Amino acid sequence: MLGRDIYESEHHTTCAGIAYHCDTLPQETAMTVVARQFALMTEAGYDNLVTSCITSFGNYTEILETWRLFPELEAKIRENLWKACRREFEKPKYVAHASDLMYKLRGEIAEHAQYQLVSRSTGEPLRVVEHIGCHYSKMFPHKGVGGAEYPCVLSGMAETWGGRVIDYPERRHCCGFGFRQYFVKANRGYSLSNTHKKFESMEPYHPDMIITNCPGCPYFLDRWQYVISEMNGKTYGQNGYGIPVLTYEELAGLVLGVDPWDLGLQVHQVAVEPLLDKIGIPYDPARKYLGLDEKKIMTPGLPTSLKCC
Amino acid sequence: MDFGFKLNPSSAVNLDTVDRARYDRLVQLEPDALTCIGCGSCSATCTAAPWSGMSVRKVILGLQRGQDDEVDSMLSRCMLCGKCTMVCPRGINTRHLILTLCRLNRKGEIVR
Ligand code: SF4
Ligand code: SF4
Repeated sequence: MLGRDIYESEHHTTCAGIAYHCDTLPQETAMTVVARQFALMTEAGYDNLVTSCITSFGNYTEILETWRLFPELEAKIRENLWKACRREFEKPKYVAHASDLMYKLRGEIAEHAQYQLVSRSTGEPLRVVEHIGCHYSKMFPHKGVGGAEYPCVLSGMAETWGGRVIDYPERRHCCGFGFRQYFVKANRGYSLSNTHKKFESMEPYHPDMIITNCPGCPYFLDRWQYVISEMNGKTYGQNGYGIPVLTYEELAGLVLGVDPWDLGLQVHQVAVEPLLDKIGIPYDPARKYLGLDEKKIMTPGLPTSLKCC
Repeated sequence: MDFGFKLNPSSAVNLDTVDRARYDRLVQLEPDALTCIGCGSCSATCTAAPWSGMSVRKVILGLQRGQDDEVDSMLSRCMLCGKCTMVCPRGINTRHLILTLCRLNRKGEIVR
């Protein structure tokens, strides 16, 4: 739609960041996996790498920085990769996060926009909570737009597309994922409480939506709203609904006029319809659970307290 | 619904809503309390600490945070041996501070 040369390889795998941060594999293994991604980039004839996951972005950045400081480790990983799959690689000239690209193109997207983040009934800008994934700029502040303290990558998009960003006390608090806290069931209450703290802090500002720049954060900000509602009956949106949680890609898609169900918004836990109604984006409720070729995908059961459409 | 894990109660303290009457009165009677640097030497040396949780450092912090129940529970376990006074790098007479605190109710009034 925006005419950029982006190549996506079907051979791409995990960056191994999850296993690395869970301490289930050593960093050298993660480095070898990442070296293979670099090899895919080199083989496809590209010099720059873009990742859509914040942890991958942090992982790649950390690995390149480690190799800069310890070149002998880079040599060892090159050897590992050759032994494992007979591949070689060039290091990317530039590693960007996909939200950096979207931030750069935000003006262009606004020019093509079919919708604005403005309430259709009141004409007021929608209140947007932006959540930046921790590994975006908390580890390497100079790699993120706006650094660790004032990352503006999402707020820049939201404001360019017509919204108003909310500054609330726990704005820079973790989404609650924190790999190890989530994967070990005994620690999961810690993850939930973390996200709960964010919801309690943003609630008085009546956000219309939450946007994130990591694929992991929306899972927690979205699914935990259901879990909290089942545990204590509390919901954070208007009229018993939750606060819709979108990634910046989904938001850009909506603004550009892509059909909400083609974007996959039906697989969110929190219903997005109240948000679509506010902006005035048309959608067909009958098509919500139709997948490719109009085949019915399964219809989920309804929660006890959290209102879904 | 039982998910197998729970929402932990928040440990956040809202300092705007805390009643610090007892702390303020203590500071009037024992201005030394203001010089505590929270080093924890008192807690480290306290004989009662390992099995009772007593800690002068935590008592002072608890008063500032309005955690009266925790403070009273700790105070009730002090043996008044005075070891903490001997190690405090700020020279605070912690034993006397504890005695003064025991004379104050939660509103900061002298009751004993
Ligand atoms: S006076 Fe109380 S607080 Fe100090 S060391 Fe003795 S028992 Fe512990
Ligand atoms: S030893 Fe003294 S300065 Fe250190 S925490 Fe105890 S009372 Fe405060």
